Amino acid sequence: MLQIVNVVLRRELILAMRRRGDVLTVLFFFVIVASLFPLGVGPDPKLLRLMGGGVVWVSALLAAMLSLGRLFASDYADGTLEQLILTPTPPVVWITGKILAHWLVSGVPLILVAPILGVQFGLSGEALLVLVVSLLLGTPVLSLIGAIGAALTLGLRGGGVLVSLLVLPLYIPVLIFGAGAVDGAMSGLGAEAHLSLLGSILILAFILTPWAVSAALRISIE
Amino acid sequence: MMNGFNWYKYASPATFYTLAGRLIPWFYGAAAVLCAAGLYIAFFLAPTDFQQSEAYRIIFIHVPAAWMSMFIYIVMAAWAAIGLAFNTRLSFMMASALAPTGAMLTFVSLWTGALWGKPTWGAWWVWDARLTSELILFFLYLGFMALQAAIDDPRRADRAGALIALVGVVNVPIIYFSVKWWNTLHQGASISMTKAPSMAAIMLEGMLVMALAAWMYAIAAALSRVRSIILERERNSQWVAQMMEAEA
Repeated sequence: MLQIVNVVLRRELILAMRRRGDVLTVLFFFVIVASLFPLGVGPDPKLLRLMGGGVVWVSALLAAMLSLGRLFASDYADGTLEQLILTPTPPVVWITGKILAHWLVSGVPLILVAPILGVQFGLSGEALLVLVVSLLLGTPVLSLIGAIGAALTLGLRGGGVLVSLLVLPLYIPVLIFGAGAVDGAMSGLGAEAHLSLLGSILILAFILTPWAVSAALRISIE
Repeated sequence: MMNGFNWYKYASPATFYTLAGRLIPWFYGAAAVLCAAGLYIAFFLAPTDFQQSEAYRIIFIHVPAAWMSMFIYIVMAAWAAIGLAFNTRLSFMMASALAPTGAMLTFVSLWTGALWGKPTWGAWWVWDARLTSELILFFLYLGFMALQAAIDDPRRADRAGALIALVGVVNVPIIYFSVKWWNTLHQGASISMTKAPSMAAIMLEGMLVMALAAWMYAIAAALSRVRSIILERERNSQWVAQMMEAEA
């Protein structure tokens, strides 16, 4: 089982390394969106410090959503997905591998860049740490839930816009607890409650979503 | 089968089409009677609220619409689950027939909420937990309908819509509580959502009657819509051709 996850993971990572442009596009998108907010609301440091956590989180949500197209589309186009479904391995196993790879490629770079954005918004050291931890717990959930939307919209006209309509409402709890954790750290209320809730959402999503994705892929491929 | 009555008979679109046709007038009738009774209670029997004066009377539309919008989503997800479990085409059709009515009621509750909020809180919109989760529910309905509209193959549209409805229903409690906690932490202005201290029994009665009216209306509207869906899907089948001939 783990071996299969490993193989799928390695394959996905090699594919991603061969098309580095895609990874960087999402990363730059993340940075640009976050940089737009100060231009929109003004450079007042106090306001920006209040908004910082939320802005970084909203940008992460949008960037994660933008990268969902990559998850299954190319495998669907060249028939790999069909072959994977025909293998005797339970789909949940390789789906988990693919989602994990997607997170490593599109989620982890965001986490690495987020502190820089946080500094631009004037977040304190503790808030930066909480921001990173909250992204560490939250971005896998974005990949997991997003995979359901990506699987359902495979090969559809205007799939990209449709995926946002399906997935963004489901992202809301992650946004609330993620941004809330940063907020809690800033206001001195503490971030533990929000982080624990994010963690529990992650566990729940990790257990449940691969099954939903497997059902969604079967529906879309049939 | 209980008493030899075959429930599965009505799982066939052809028999359900006629059954729905016979039931629809009754549900519309019940909706009209209940609505008239509810509005009578709302406008003539319910007393004027001492804090909000006459403006509060919009709850007789607002609260039933909000209740039904949530209830219909659950019913929709239940039909979707039945469809996925038993592979009955009619269940999927029922789910897609319910969605527009549910979305409409969600919109009504948001709109009347705004109209109610202006005189009572002085704002058309506040980021209150209930308003926000209702808005998200509206998005969930839109997502369901958009997904079904984007898929040409009806079988795939049915099943994909059913899956997203089920995913949505699992998420609704999580969304609701997250929004609630978000709101309690962020509450800036002191806006209290509590209604008049003690709601008169007659007000509750009015809301219940109106909710029943909305329920009957929702059933009638969904049944008429499901009839259209059946006709559209089965347009090449023999029974539709025979029916059309008989009517012509």
